[in-house]
Amino acid sequence: MAKARVYVTLKKSVFDPQGKTIHDALGTLGYSSVADVRQGKFFELDLAPGVPAAEARRTAEEIAEKVLSNPVIESFRVEVEA
Amino acid sequence: MKVGVVVFPGSNCDHDTYHVVKHVLGHEASFVWHKDSTLGDVDAVVLPGGFAYGDYLRTGAVARFSPIMRAVTEFAARGGPVLGICNGFQILQEAGLLPGAMLRNKNVQFLSMPVHVRVETSDTIVTGGIPKGTVLTMPIAHGEGNFYLPDRDLDRLEGEGRVVFRYVTADGQVTEEANVNGSSRAIAGVCNGKRNVVGLMPHPERAAEPELGSADGRRIFEALAAVLQRA
Repeated sequence: MAKARVYVTLKKSVFDPQGKTIHDALGTLGYSSVADVRQGKFFELDLAPGVPAAEARRTAEEIAEKVLSNPVIESFRVEVEA
Repeated sequence: MKVGVVVFPGSNCDHDTYHVVKHVLGHEASFVWHKDSTLGDVDAVVLPGGFAYGDYLRTGAVARFSPIMRAVTEFAARGGPVLGICNGFQILQEAGLLPGAMLRNKNVQFLSMPVHVRVETSDTIVTGGIPKGTVLTMPIAHGEGNFYLPDRDLDRLEGEGRVVFRYVTADGQVTEEANVNGSSRAIAGVCNGKRNVVGLMPHPERAAEPELGSADGRRIFEALAAVLQRA
């Protein structure tokens, strides 16, 4: 069964208040070696049995573009495991 | 005027909006269920505040796929007035009817408080007759109201006079403190190119009677009624 993993991240130019808050907290905890934190979203799509990897990728990319990400602020990356 | 108030699962300002239109202003109001495919006999549409579909994924991201949104998009394309308040604004952004996207508030907190916004243009369906520079006091209640657009798009938006409201101090000054959620250029509301679709984060329906601390929001609905009367 093919599995598609979709990673949605804020574009580099977009300020990430959540990432900044986490980064600040890490500083408080003493992790001074962490220079920056960016928060994103991760989706795992299980494709129906028999769906070939190429089709799984096409479907996942279409879903990522249409639904899972907002192109104004986010970009995405898709990984497929056959 | 006849105002259709769209109800999504999770809308929570639908009744407030209905109340202001019907009981405060004395016009006609009706609820439109998100699963309906037609708006019925309405002159204007309001997408109310709330947390449609729990705002899972992103604010407004799932609601934009509701059957009623096709009818709202067609209504807007014909020049019909559409107002999105708070979550309604976010849904209109996700649907591509208004520009920009909302990030988490700069301090990552949900902000529920009165704010001052300055009217930046009188040339929209909800600000007609309200002089540019007028400061209105209305509450906000959101976690994701940090308006974002890339700089070049912001320049174009401003050039076209499509910034409708900006967060300001009580005396109308743009300051970092007054821009409570960190929005790009302190933007609290925008309109589309045809100026018949407007979205704003503050809640005019929660500030339409003096008993609620401010009646400034009433002017937004009165402006809408005036536009429709002239049409």
